[in-house]
Amino acid sequence: MTDLTSNFLGIKSPNPFWLASAPPTDKAYNVIRAFEAGWGGVVWKTLGEDPHIVNVNGPRYGAIHGRDRNLLGLNNIELITDRPLEVNLKEIKQVKRDWPDRALVVSLMVPCEEKNWIDILKRVEDTGADGVELNFGCPHGMSERGMGSAVGQVPEYIEMVTRWCKENTKMPVIVKLTPNITDIRKPAQAAKNGGADAVSLINTINSIVGVDLDVMAPTPTIDGKGAHGGYCGPAVKPIALNMVAEIARDPATAGLPISGIGGITTWRDAAEFMALGAGNVQVCTAAMTYGFKVVQDMIDGLKEWMGEKGYTSIDEFVGMAVPNCSDWQNLNLNYVTKAKIDQDLCIKCGRCHIACEDTSHQAITAMVDGARHFEVIDEECVGCNLCVNVCPVENCITMEPMTSGVDPRTKQPIDNKFADWTTHPNNPNRVMEAAE
Amino acid sequence: MADVLSAPDIRAGRLSPEDYLKNFDDIHPPLDRHEASVEADRCYFCFDAPCTIACPTSIDIPQFIRQIQTGNPVGAAKTIFAENILGGMCARVCPTETLCEEACVRNEAEDKPVKIGLLQRYATDTYMDKVSGSHFTRAAPTNKKIAVVGGGPASLSCAHALALKGHDVTIFEAREKLGGLNEYGIAAYKTVNDFAQREVEFLLSVGGIKVETGKALGRDITLSGLRGEYDAVFLGMGLPGVNALNAEGEDLSGAIDAVAYIAELRQETDRAKLPVGRKVVVIGGGMTAIDIAVQTKRLGAEEVTILYRRGQDAMKASRYEQELAQTNGVLIREWFQPKRLIGEGGHVVAIEAERTAVDANGRLSGTGETERFEADQVFKAIGQTFIADPVTGGSDALELDAGRIRVDDARKTSLDKVWAGGDCVAGGEDLTVAAVEDGKLAARSIDEALAG
Ligand SMILES: Cc1cc2nc3c(=O)[nH]c(=O)nc-3n(C[C@H](O)[C@H](O)[C@H](O)COP(=O)(O)OP(=O)(O)OC[C@H]3O[C@@H](n4cnc5c(N)ncnc54)[C@H](O)[C@@H]3O)c2cc1C
Ligand SMILES: Cc1cc2nc3c(=O)[nH]c(=O)nc-3n(C[C@H](O)[C@H](O)[C@H](O)COP(=O)(O)O)c2cc1C
Ligand code: SF4
Ligand code: SF4
Ligand code: SF4
Repeated sequence: MTDLTSNFLGIKSPNPFWLASAPPTDKAYNVIRAFEAGWGGVVWKTLGEDPHIVNVNGPRYGAIHGRDRNLLGLNNIELITDRPLEVNLKEIKQVKRDWPDRALVVSLMVPCEEKNWIDILKRVEDTGADGVELNFGCPHGMSERGMGSAVGQVPEYIEMVTRWCKENTKMPVIVKLTPNITDIRKPAQAAKNGGADAVSLINTINSIVGVDLDVMAPTPTIDGKGAHGGYCGPAVKPIALNMVAEIARDPATAGLPISGIGGITTWRDAAEFMALGAGNVQVCTAAMTYGFKVVQDMIDGLKEWMGEKGYTSIDEFVGMAVPNCSDWQNLNLNYVTKAKIDQDLCIKCGRCHIACEDTSHQAITAMVDGARHFEVIDEECVGCNLCVNVCPVENCITMEPMTSGVDPRTKQPIDNKFADWTTHPNNPNRVMEAAE
Repeated sequence: MADVLSAPDIRAGRLSPEDYLKNFDDIHPPLDRHEASVEADRCYFCFDAPCTIACPTSIDIPQFIRQIQTGNPVGAAKTIFAENILGGMCARVCPTETLCEEACVRNEAEDKPVKIGLLQRYATDTYMDKVSGSHFTRAAPTNKKIAVVGGGPASLSCAHALALKGHDVTIFEAREKLGGLNEYGIAAYKTVNDFAQREVEFLLSVGGIKVETGKALGRDITLSGLRGEYDAVFLGMGLPGVNALNAEGEDLSGAIDAVAYIAELRQETDRAKLPVGRKVVVIGGGMTAIDIAVQTKRLGAEEVTILYRRGQDAMKASRYEQELAQTNGVLIREWFQPKRLIGEGGHVVAIEAERTAVDANGRLSGTGETERFEADQVFKAIGQTFIADPVTGGSDALELDAGRIRVDDARKTSLDKVWAGGDCVAGGEDLTVAAVEDGKLAARSIDEALAG
């Protein structure tokens, strides 16, 4: 039997799919609908101190669309909760009481003074919530007031605030990281040093999603002006995946539980985050695009895939891909692949040819014996994979490894021995195998 | 068919073997992986989806299409089967243009619905290829026994749902094989490669369903007998009778019941053995008329003409089906009713039809003007009827409504312990998918009654 039950820091939920702290978790009404739809847990929309902040009364969102207006990236200038603290706390308490089997974590952001954190932690503890998440991520509005990513960009602050929190509550403490930083490992290390039980990432990325060329202002435009916002949705997934992997691979943070966030839209996205070390995942934009029902496919698809692979619980594959996350210099330079076009699948659009011809290695024909025909020239193909990515037909072009014979391009025999850059003759800093 | 062989120009083997194969191959080739993923991407994942509302079995269409999108076609099939255990057949035979696809919001956007039927087929076919047996498991045995009469879509759907609840089901089917019109009626090119039987096997593989073929209610078993022996009875007998033309010459050789001919065509694997006229006239305006017309054309008939007594708009066959007939070279002549069949030597050679018109009161009547249509074969496709005798003849008589069994919303009949569904009940749509829904609803009601 495939079991999706998740135990993250001792917080149990029927599945590893939580809603990230954002509008979908803004109030009891939304959260109850989410639980009814099957979400395993929520991180409540970030609470702050009273007087509560206010939001703009004009457009908050902008978006990047793919073909057919498929939403790929979302940009927002929303702040933390704009409701009184007391109202939120009362709702949290009631919801946790009514839904004891679901995870309910509360996101927090208060000014950088120990007293402020102690105060709010006490009040959250009284609600019976399962844990807290420290929002060190919000890139707009709050950061200008010395909170959110203004804290998250300074590892020393992260460590300090995390320590205050750990010293003042028994609840598990998750530190939510901002991606608006050069090296994500530093804030993660700081969180760990401060005693964090886990990190969650990523929050949104600083962005301007577009410019209104009539008004000559960034979009979304509020009375003729725009401000940078936070970017999220499918477009940010690769950035988030890399950051998760960086932390999972870093010996300094090895074993630190991670809650993966950023662009998760399908069960497969979730499985990828988990393979790279995320113990569970959080979702915002997918729910905001399609409604809470998207979780059904996440649950069902993950279960189906686990069954197919023979995994019975999620722990069996969490982190499985981490050992295979390597650095460029350690990749095998003796591994040779050639692109191969399946002529039965090819629709003869010519995109592979022009991509390779104009911008790469002139390794794909356009015409053979007077007929439109696209075929890889092994003598020229460097195995770069560009054609695979631009071809509109999935699996039409595949990369075929060469395991024997001679590489027609380099005229060198295929060597099945591993050899990477560190020992390559062209590397001035190469490791000498033996002293001469 | 031996009697029609002496006819003027009725012959088997009109075509080359390759032509038969081509003509009776899948009419809508299945989507491959690429086509399915491109098509699935068109779905908007609508809220309270209009397509689902339009589906008689309420399949969660946005959900299963999303599952295809995310590379989980087996999960998609499970979503389909949860509401419609014959989702594979329905994907092939549903007139989607008047059901889910008519409701798709993409019609509003660009006049081109998501190809829901073909996506449904993609998911269910993938399931059939990948999963051996069935993913369903039965509940603990209840020791309740249920008799299901007939082995068509209504009965199969009902039997499966009851078996899942842990009840023991016995199907009594008059014919040799299960499937009902899926096996004996649906046009051959809609369900190729013995799909009806493969689907029956899938359905039975869940266990708990005993099958007794060659057993007819009213001949081998009685309603009162079943009511005595079983905890509940479901009747899904379809429409075993056919309407008469009530025209002179109806008994001539060469005047053929379309449904019987199609049954024979479906069972004959070598289509070259089927005799067909050079000139064929079909009388009727429903799915059967279209199907016999197209299939005789594809068997090699040179001229096939459908005579319909009203205008094309009033035909029960959908506009899409009518166009299918026309693109197959079938001529549809509207406003004609058969007057008499003209024979020579006991065999039909022509039909005399009278032009019709609707009068000021909306009543249809003949205008007196007639036309003669040469025909080597005349197919009667003017509707089927319920044969009530087996359920009204004995001591346990069911109430009827317009000649079919009267049921309530839960598909319960007037008699205690007896439910019914599919074509044999009054007020239905006479579609495979509607029969499946009836069976599902009846099973729900039976299970509740047995639990109570
Ligand atoms: C030629 C033709 C083409 C069609 N094409 C389509 C199509 O493309 N799409 C679509 O949606 N619908 C189509 N239909 C309609 C569809 O086939 C029916 O609505 C559907 O099969 C009804 O299912 P059912 O279970 O009620 O009855 P049936 O499928 O008729 O099954 C009834 C079963 O009961 C058995 N039976 C009858 N009497 C007894 C008895 N006394 N004892 C025991 N068993 C008995 C019969 O042998 C049969 O197996 C078509 C119908 C015809 C005739
Ligand atoms: C409108 C909006 C408001 C958000 N508000 C918060 C917030 O209050 N606190 C927080 O920690 N993250 C907030 N986020 C960030 C999300 O929780 C999440 O980290 C981010 O959107 C990336 O996930 P996604 O790609 O699934 O959307 C917000 C995101 C959006 C779109
Ligand atoms: S989504 Fe709702 S609240 Fe937002 S602008 Fe549209 S109608 Fe208004
Ligand atoms: S891009 Fe793909 S489909 Fe287009 S010509 Fe190249 S191989 Fe064929
Ligand atoms: S109506 Fe069309 S677009 Fe909307 S869910 Fe159904 S199939 Fe998809």
